Amino acid sequence: MSDAVTPLLEVGNLKVNFHTPTGIVRAVRGLSFSLGRERLGIVGESGSGKSMTGRAILDLIPYPGEVLADRMLFRGEDLQTMPKAARRKLRGRRISMVMQDPKFSLNPVMTVGDQIAEAYRVHHRANAREARERTLAMLEAVQIREPERVYALYPHEVSGGMGQRVMIAMMLIAEPDILIADEPTSALDVTVQLQVLKILDDLVTSRGMGLIFISHDLHLVQSFCDRVIVMYGGKAMETMPALELADPSAMSRRHPYTLGLLGCLPELSNPKAKLSTLTRDPEWLA
Amino acid sequence: MSAPAVIVDRLNVSFGTSHVVRDVSFEVAEGESYGIVGESGSGKSTVLRVLAGLNRAWSGALTIFGKAQPKVRDKAFHRAVQMVFQDPYGSLHPKKTLDDALAEPLAIHSIGDAERRIARALSDVGLPSAFRYRYPHQLSGGQRQRVAIARALVLEPTLFLLDEPTSALDVSIQAEVLNLLQALRQERKLTYVLVSHDLAVVGHMCERLMVMQHGQCVEEMSAATLSARKPETAYAQALLVASEGFRRQA
Repeated sequence: MSDAVTPLLEVGNLKVNFHTPTGIVRAVRGLSFSLGRERLGIVGESGSGKSMTGRAILDLIPYPGEVLADRMLFRGEDLQTMPKAARRKLRGRRISMVMQDPKFSLNPVMTVGDQIAEAYRVHHRANAREARERTLAMLEAVQIREPERVYALYPHEVSGGMGQRVMIAMMLIAEPDILIADEPTSALDVTVQLQVLKILDDLVTSRGMGLIFISHDLHLVQSFCDRVIVMYGGKAMETMPALELADPSAMSRRHPYTLGLLGCLPELSNPKAKLSTLTRDPEWLA
Repeated sequence: MSAPAVIVDRLNVSFGTSHVVRDVSFEVAEGESYGIVGESGSGKSTVLRVLAGLNRAWSGALTIFGKAQPKVRDKAFHRAVQMVFQDPYGSLHPKKTLDDALAEPLAIHSIGDAERRIARALSDVGLPSAFRYRYPHQLSGGQRQRVAIARALVLEPTLFLLDEPTSALDVSIQAEVLNLLQALRQERKLTYVLVSHDLAVVGHMCERLMVMQHGQCVEEMSAATLSARKPETAYAQALLVASEGFRRQA
């Protein structure tokens, strides 16, 4: 890794707080990590703050939320002191995010092709014809077989798997340095899921991007990512190489929460009469 | 062995011009847990909806508890057969308390003693009695799914139809709900038909299963065959490989 010295993204002591009438809800409580040109997985249950982490990086935390951090650097540039306009320029162009459900994230009254072309023209000086050509090439890159036909389709006319590919195409057309994928395949069938991951993997590797892959599926993250952060209640329980997650000899070093998450999954090769359930220790959040 | 609880013989379902279930036949023994797996659009949920009597546009023969079932079922059928749906956020009435939701099936079937039955159903699914007068929005996803199970359980049915009962839940909550379903089945001698896209869940819950693709039964196998990773057809093999996670080609 040539960029090992200056990581793409450095986050130190990130906190996301929501000030509500009934008190402060602390969604993320002091998360630190750095991202190079690698695939970083963030796993946790719902409410563990994994999506909020992704949104905080993009400055997409809605009111009444606030983002606090000791350090938030994108290739050495401080994201926190940057003017809003500059931050907005980064968003989509250098750092972009693929959301979970294509059904709710695409504009229903615009053809998918025009939406991708629009994403390109927002970030690059290009005329309509150029944008269209880039879009068709991008649709091909995400392995859509008839890009010309799909270009003219509306979101309700495409399947879930194709919709997700369209989203990926839209996010990658600006060639960002960092892609944040928030449960990009949870709404998809297993076989389609693998196709989408394959596309994501190829594009990330060939373009040397950094990928933050947010998921609740431990097996998937373990098989797809290089490094894994396990989150619980807004805190990182542990960070480890993904390979160690599957290594039985490394289990003694694992955090009890990680073991709990692994233990509650039914396994085909190792049938259990009763699944173990998670016990949560309030001390983990201390 | 007693007569099978469910016999489905050459079931066909068409919606307009699309033929979504083609000649599907299977049997489920009493007290057995039977799984149906497949991708979205394979027709697995449609089969379950036909069993439940929610879909009347079918042809073929369907025998449940030794009785040939017509398109429109009688009241006794709906008491003996209950369904749990996938989405616990959509399957509970948002403006009714849990007490209302659980009292309704009892009122429909003119079953007395509602007070005691509701309390028992809630305790059976492990919900504190203080929850009884809460609304669905005050509960978490796992708790809602427990309520959906309690709602089905309150009529003391013998056949449970489960449509992806845990796919909307976190893995940790999924384990709790699956354990609950297992315990209830042992205790009450229930028969399950479980639809899921998750092979591990079906392998954990069921003794036998059927793999569906494009509305057809591709293969029927035992859970032992599945856990030994020895399905016969290529499609079932492919599903099995896909369920193991991502593999990078070297």
